[in-house]
Amino acid sequence: MSILQPKVKAPDFTLHVTPDQTLSLSELRGKPVILAFYPADWSPVCSDEMSLFNAVLPEFRKYKADLVGISVDSYWCHSAFSKNSNLHFPLLADFEPKGKVAKQYGAYDEKTGTCERALFVIDRDGTIVWSYLSPTGENPGADGVLEVLENLPK
Amino acid sequence: MATLKVPISAKDHIRGNQNAPITLVEYGDFQCPYCGRAYPILEQVLENFGDYVRLVFRHFPLADLHPFAQMASETTEFASSHKLFWETHDLIFENQFKLSESFLIEIVESLGLSGQKLLAALEAGTYTSIVRESFLGGVRSGVNGTPTLYINEERYNGPVEFPELVNFIETVLLKQAR
Repeated sequence: MSILQPKVKAPDFTLHVTPDQTLSLSELRGKPVILAFYPADWSPVCSDEMSLFNAVLPEFRKYKADLVGISVDSYWCHSAFSKNSNLHFPLLADFEPKGKVAKQYGAYDEKTGTCERALFVIDRDGTIVWSYLSPTGENPGADGVLEVLENLPK
Repeated sequence: MATLKVPISAKDHIRGNQNAPITLVEYGDFQCPYCGRAYPILEQVLENFGDYVRLVFRHFPLADLHPFAQMASETTEFASSHKLFWETHDLIFENQFKLSESFLIEIVESLGLSGQKLLAALEAGTYTSIVRESFLGGVRSGVNGTPTLYINEERYNGPVEFPELVNFIETVLLKQAR
């Protein structure tokens, strides 16, 4: 299955952000949402996508967009990684069942048991308006997302 | 294919032959260890190609990850206004592990500039927007980490290592020659 394409309704999901808090996609309805699936916390930083998106976050906010990172790491792992990288957006744990949400989005790599580097921009009505799967080992930049946000109806 | 969205201009920091057929742009973060690692490699690349390659450095600080990166970038801009960009750039990368506000002051003073004036500029944020502009230009160009290199406006996705870079640049030169 390839990643979900534009015009498809973004499947709703509920995942842990912290040990006792969950976040559902439907809670974010009403604003554009950027879903960033990535393989793992703690990969070599500086070249890591979450730090990059973190630095670009103020630009995403100009479009009132929410950003959410998703990997199969546990919420404890996310908590430590997030603190270390000083992230200002939530990381969701697609931990149990492993990769269930990633699979719904066509963004799960069976070989490695981690999420692919896949980006989705969802409009305020919950429809995917853009998606991108990065070639293996390549971090997508934030330029694709910004272009899409710019062209969303105000 | 990610391409450079901000063309090279007189405002850029350019090292080497201004009219070189190959332009190597580095979007870098002064506190990033990978950029620190790339520093001698890029120097070797430039040496290897002589007049054929020029190097452009553009700021891409990841401020949440590297607390001194923004300050370091602004310091080089301060130095640049006194025509000492590259000297400052080099001193920072050669001493990355010492990076701190006081060390940046030491660096500029060692180059004959006023540490007081640097502090004032940092406090006033005189060079904050120029660094931010560079950062945003990088984002638009598809920068996906640090360092991100562009060779003749196309993002280079290979390893930032001497043999691979030399190989790649030679291929570009050959294509140009046809």
